[in-house]
Amino acid sequence: MSTMVVAQSPATAAPGAVLPGVRWALARDLRLALRSRAELAVQLLFYVIVVSLFPLATTPERTQLSAIGPGVLWVAALLASLLSLPRLFAADYADGTLEQIALSPYPLESLVVGKVLAHWLTTGLPIVLLAPILGLQYALDNELLVVLAAALLIGTPVLSLLGAIGAALTLGLRGGSSLLALLILPLYVPLLIFGAGAVEATRSGLGATAHLSLLGAAFLVALVGTPFAAAASVRIALD
Amino acid sequence: MAFAWSKFSSPASFYPLAGKMIPWFAWGAAILTAIGLWIGFGLAPTDFQQGEAYRIIFIHVPSAWMSMFVYLVMAFWSALYLGFNTRLSAMMAQALAPTGAVMTFIALWTGAFWGRPTWGTYWAWDARMTSELILLFLYFGVIALRAAIEDPRRADRACAVLALVGAINVPIIYYSVKWWNTLHQGASVSATEAPRMASIMLTGMLVMSLAAWFYAIAVVLARVRTIIVERERGAAWLHALPEVAQA
Repeated sequence: MSTMVVAQSPATAAPGAVLPGVRWALARDLRLALRSRAELAVQLLFYVIVVSLFPLATTPERTQLSAIGPGVLWVAALLASLLSLPRLFAADYADGTLEQIALSPYPLESLVVGKVLAHWLTTGLPIVLLAPILGLQYALDNELLVVLAAALLIGTPVLSLLGAIGAALTLGLRGGSSLLALLILPLYVPLLIFGAGAVEATRSGLGATAHLSLLGAAFLVALVGTPFAAAASVRIALD
Repeated sequence: MAFAWSKFSSPASFYPLAGKMIPWFAWGAAILTAIGLWIGFGLAPTDFQQGEAYRIIFIHVPSAWMSMFVYLVMAFWSALYLGFNTRLSAMMAQALAPTGAVMTFIALWTGAFWGRPTWGTYWAWDARMTSELILLFLYFGVIALRAAIEDPRRADRACAVLALVGAINVPIIYYSVKWWNTLHQGASVSATEAPRMASIMLTGMLVMSLAAWFYAIAVVLARVRTIIVERERGAAWLHALPEVAQA
């Protein structure tokens, strides 16, 4: 089915068209993702369940919950992102679509950006929107919830961008998903620190500006650099 | 005539050269280690604050330096491989990863043994320890990725990309952990040594660092030779070697 979607347009594209490439890959991946809504729902439920486990494992006491809450929500966001990463390329790789995509006149980098954007819209954005509700369970007050959502809004695209490199490097490998965790989670560490730190800094009265700025810087660096690394990784996997 | 560097980018000509270099570096490492340990455990005085426990820095500090440096060297060879497509560069990167991981592990292990008597704990979430731990994960990632890919050429290129991405991330990780730590618990625990170090201690540490360098070079060259033998096993020059022809 996915090959049918591919067959429509890129053959007529002008070579080197970056934005049309992004738009085309975004539209295609969004359409495919919305056709399997159950899969998306399961990934969000995973996020909700992981977050709900921590109070059971620690304590229902409100002050302690609000202390660990931002970290728990961020760790769960990392895991949910990790769990959904294979969706970026694996299905297209398995049925040969990825090879056809790579052959299209659009720059592969632009197609990777489009795919990552679609991935973020279907996994990152729902996490951002859910986080304030889950944060209520952790007794976070309104100001902290806003900062938490803002940090996730800036940070989750970076998770998708960095994750694309790992997803492409592990295409078709034995034990791919656990290998992906080993490759990608260490690279996520700065985001986890700045993201959960933003909430912590707000609570302690320092203000979240510094942490959010650093997250923003990470986003810009990732936006410029990762498409090239991810596209190179896709080419390596297709070789 | 200019010295032809590119000549040694071919495994066939590098293999015998590495073989000639290994004994020099291996003996150098042995002799330097003997001198360094003699200075560290014999000549250097007992530290008036930390007692005898400080002596582990003669192993700890060189291995910590090497753990970071080896990653940079690995990233350098990876970049060279991606730029020039020289197989030997990828083999060098492959040979460096286990040595780097071992150095990182030694640094963490000796650090814990130093921390117990000095700080009263094996592990603290100190910035340097945490980033060293993450560095160990990065090494494991490169080694595991290599092990998971059967086609050596794809493994070379995938590991090169991963090593480069990791190298860009290492300073970011270090500073993020550092800021995180200062925000959380202040400087209650600091990995910095006593402010002024006796010069004999410094000498011992430098000699041991040199020994670590020599050891790493010898081991990596030996490993790269086995990688060459493994991966060039179809090549005619390899079967013409006396040690291969006999076996």
